[in-house]
Amino acid sequence: MKTIKKSRTRLEKAHISLRVNGESVEVAFAPHKTLLEVLREDMGLTGTKHGCELGECGCCAVLVDGQPVLSCLALGLAMEGREVTTVEGMADGTSLHPLQQTFAELGAAQCGYCTPGFLLTAKVLLEKDAKPSRQEIKEALSGNICRCTGYIKIYEAVELAAARMRGEQAEPAEETIYGRQ
Amino acid sequence: MKPRFVGQPIKRKEDPRLVTGASAYVDDIVLPGMLHMAVARSIHAHARIKSIDTSRASKLPGVRAVVTGEEIAANCGQLPAAGDIKNMKRPVHHPLAVGKVRFVGEPIAAVLATDAYVARDAAELIQIDYEELPAVTNPEKAVQQGSPILHEEFSDNVAYSFGWENGNTEDGFSKADTVVKQRFINQRLAPVSMEPRGVIAAIRMPENELVVWSSTQVPHLLKTQLGLMLGIPENRMRVIAPEVGGGFGSKLNVYAEEALVGYLAKKVGQPVKWIESRRENMAGTIHGRDQINDVELALKKDGTILAMKLKVIADIGAYYQLLTAIIPTLTGLLAPGAYRVPALKFDLVAAFTNKMATDAYRGAGRPEATYLIERIIDIAARKLGMDPVDIRRKNFPKPAEFPFQTSGGVFYDSANYEKALDRALEVADYKGLRKKQAELRKQGKYMGIGFSSYVEICAMGPSIAMASGGWESGTVRIEPTGTVTVSTGASPHGQGQETSFAQIAADELGIDMENVTVLHGDTARTPYGIGTFGSRATAVGGTAMYLALQDLKEKMKKFAAHMLETTPGNIEFEVGKLVMTGTARSVSFMDVVTSAYVAKKLPPGVEPGLEATRFFEPSNFTFPFGTHICVVEIDEETGEPKVVKYVAVDDCGNVINPLLVEGQVHGGIVQGISQALYEEVVYDENGQLLSGTLMDYAVPRAHDFPMFELERTVTPSPVNPMGIKGAGEAGTIGSTPSVVNAVVDALAPLGVTHIDMPLRPEKIWKILKLGRAS
Ligand code: FES
Ligand code: FES
Repeated sequence: MKTIKKSRTRLEKAHISLRVNGESVEVAFAPHKTLLEVLREDMGLTGTKHGCELGECGCCAVLVDGQPVLSCLALGLAMEGREVTTVEGMADGTSLHPLQQTFAELGAAQCGYCTPGFLLTAKVLLEKDAKPSRQEIKEALSGNICRCTGYIKIYEAVELAAARMRGEQAEPAEETIYGRQ
Repeated sequence: MKPRFVGQPIKRKEDPRLVTGASAYVDDIVLPGMLHMAVARSIHAHARIKSIDTSRASKLPGVRAVVTGEEIAANCGQLPAAGDIKNMKRPVHHPLAVGKVRFVGEPIAAVLATDAYVARDAAELIQIDYEELPAVTNPEKAVQQGSPILHEEFSDNVAYSFGWENGNTEDGFSKADTVVKQRFINQRLAPVSMEPRGVIAAIRMPENELVVWSSTQVPHLLKTQLGLMLGIPENRMRVIAPEVGGGFGSKLNVYAEEALVGYLAKKVGQPVKWIESRRENMAGTIHGRDQINDVELALKKDGTILAMKLKVIADIGAYYQLLTAIIPTLTGLLAPGAYRVPALKFDLVAAFTNKMATDAYRGAGRPEATYLIERIIDIAARKLGMDPVDIRRKNFPKPAEFPFQTSGGVFYDSANYEKALDRALEVADYKGLRKKQAELRKQGKYMGIGFSSYVEICAMGPSIAMASGGWESGTVRIEPTGTVTVSTGASPHGQGQETSFAQIAADELGIDMENVTVLHGDTARTPYGIGTFGSRATAVGGTAMYLALQDLKEKMKKFAAHMLETTPGNIEFEVGKLVMTGTARSVSFMDVVTSAYVAKKLPPGVEPGLEATRFFEPSNFTFPFGTHICVVEIDEETGEPKVVKYVAVDDCGNVINPLLVEGQVHGGIVQGISQALYEEVVYDENGQLLSGTLMDYAVPRAHDFPMFELERTVTPSPVNPMGIKGAGEAGTIGSTPSVVNAVVDALAPLGVTHIDMPLRPEKIWKILKLGRAS
């Protein structure tokens, strides 16, 4: 149900219903806002970050109906009836998603600012392809910028999570965590 | 006691909050009644401000205040700039421009409104009437007579000139069999932390204290400087660096917006927030590098280096930010690189131009030095018909010669350059690579092998070398229930010291890491400190904590000795307990802690409680080193250089957590390769910024790189008790020249001896097309 009501401030607020991280919610917001702004400012879901608000960095990636979307480019108004997943919704209750676990195991986050965007983009990749090649991982993640890690630990974390999601008893390679001396 | 944690790839304590989105960066913080600031900025590189009309902006509903340069200049101090270089010109630098603007993006007015959208709309309604002036963006032109002068209080755009000579350079050149010369352009770069800058300020009662949350690397320095600028006593200032989304030097500063937000919060008595947009970040956050280096190297025909002359022109932009003036001077210190250069003459001219200020960007003055020495030594090798490996080996000082005094004027602490080089040759299979290169050349293909045997200056640093002190602080408190709180004056922002410091503390005290919490980044919860930059947090800050831990251990031994009726010298720490050496007698860690706090049976002359603070003043920098080997293949069709193999053998001294070190090395190498191949801040000749978004400024992406083959050698530093050298910048410093050396090596059959960075495909394509060096 999409209605526009007069609010007390001069701006008219839009009201929409949608599902966010598995829960049905209603939210009111200034109609010009992007999904990024609605999530962060009107729903208190600040796990989604912004690095450019121009569609150039991937920090703001969330899932809309299971597909990665740059939330800085999507209008909040377009979310009526959609299913949105943010980093806050990745864990299953208290147990982390395998990607969250492997990112932590391998040190694939440094400052962590780009991490939510990478996690969600990688999640969709692994849902589509249980065994992506290194090249496929690189391509799937090429819209996300990380300035800290040099990406290598991120690829490794995605590969390790993929192996575990296939049911393999995978552990990080010695060299990956100790380096070579 | 054998270390249980130090040296192990312990998972980061930071990560649970980062991978779940639970952490709070500045923009995630919302305070009741918070207002939002937006900044109106100059669209011209050089112009007089004829008038500013704020009336339309002020009338927009929701706008609470509009301030311009006069009000700020009257009520707020100027931006601080360190450096006491003789004859350094110090231009006026107010947070908002007064009378004139000198670069695109310079703040002119600030708007305060009920939300960020209104603030931004209002900022656009401010009408600024400019009289455009000719701009100068080329530093060599800028210092010539007749160039437009940026700061009219001075007669020219020479910010300062500086130089020194160590050894007898002329003598070296007169004895030389050969002299090689080259001009190197070290292009301007943008740091591009993924989190842009952001600030919140609020007056908090009952202390009537200004609390500032800023995405900063230096909360303590910021507290001191902002207090001075805003006229607030320092004991009523508190700065908090919450989660910080990367800095790379760009947040090692005091920025106009930090002062403006503080001023406005004080003025209106409500919290104020400002969050930088990416465009503002590209234009108004410091840039890095931007030097022209004219190098001459004198050698004997066997490759022995005799002397070097280095002339630097530093394009520092329109104003000094905090360390703008100092950074180019560091280039001279490191210019001899890993080699014995008996004499060095260093001349530096810093030029004001109509651009954003340069300042510390990962490496900060040292990558420029490494690049020029690593390039010129390759040029010399080619001229002398030597292998690039042999000329390096020939000029390395030997391990026994350390500490080694260089003609840069510093003492290298410890090293074994040859060992790292040899290991890199082995890992890369150098002989095999040369064979392959010869085969490919026969087929008309271009493949090149490039070296960089770098050394760098880390663990900044002794206070004598640093404007506001180079020490660091650490407090360790063992709580009555046995948990341990470490607070450090350093301010990590992605490096992982919450983990590595906990590893050290847990090993020293024989407790579990879960029982250690590391606090940082809040001036009210940590001892005064310097901050995180210059690869110093662990080597200097970690050492301060280590010393505090030793104090506490001595004190705990006294309690244990008293309890066991022996002397403290007979007590040792083990996991969970303190034992009497050579006996089975012990007291538990917890019992000692309890006795220190209940204080019923104090050992004579010992005070209750278990808390210690130490300030560590290092006696020297540390000097990590290593060899990087880069192999490139060039696509003949497009000219694109592709890194096909990358081997790095780095030595950062003792390693606390290899997982963290590897991460620093990866990220650093990618940033360094990216300078060689992709990145460049571009202003046109009118001073318009052409690289103002992430579409125009080429930050590397996930698909751009091959796998790296990384190894370590370990040469402990004698400068601190843990033997740490620091790992934050080595990757960036070491990698850039290896890539350029590789591309030049690939194109050597065409007579190419040098190409300036970034090595974009079109440059190489042109060379291939012309069939020779252009
Ligand atoms: S914030 Fe959306 S892509 Fe950068
Ligand atoms: S971890 Fe800092 S940007 Fe990726």
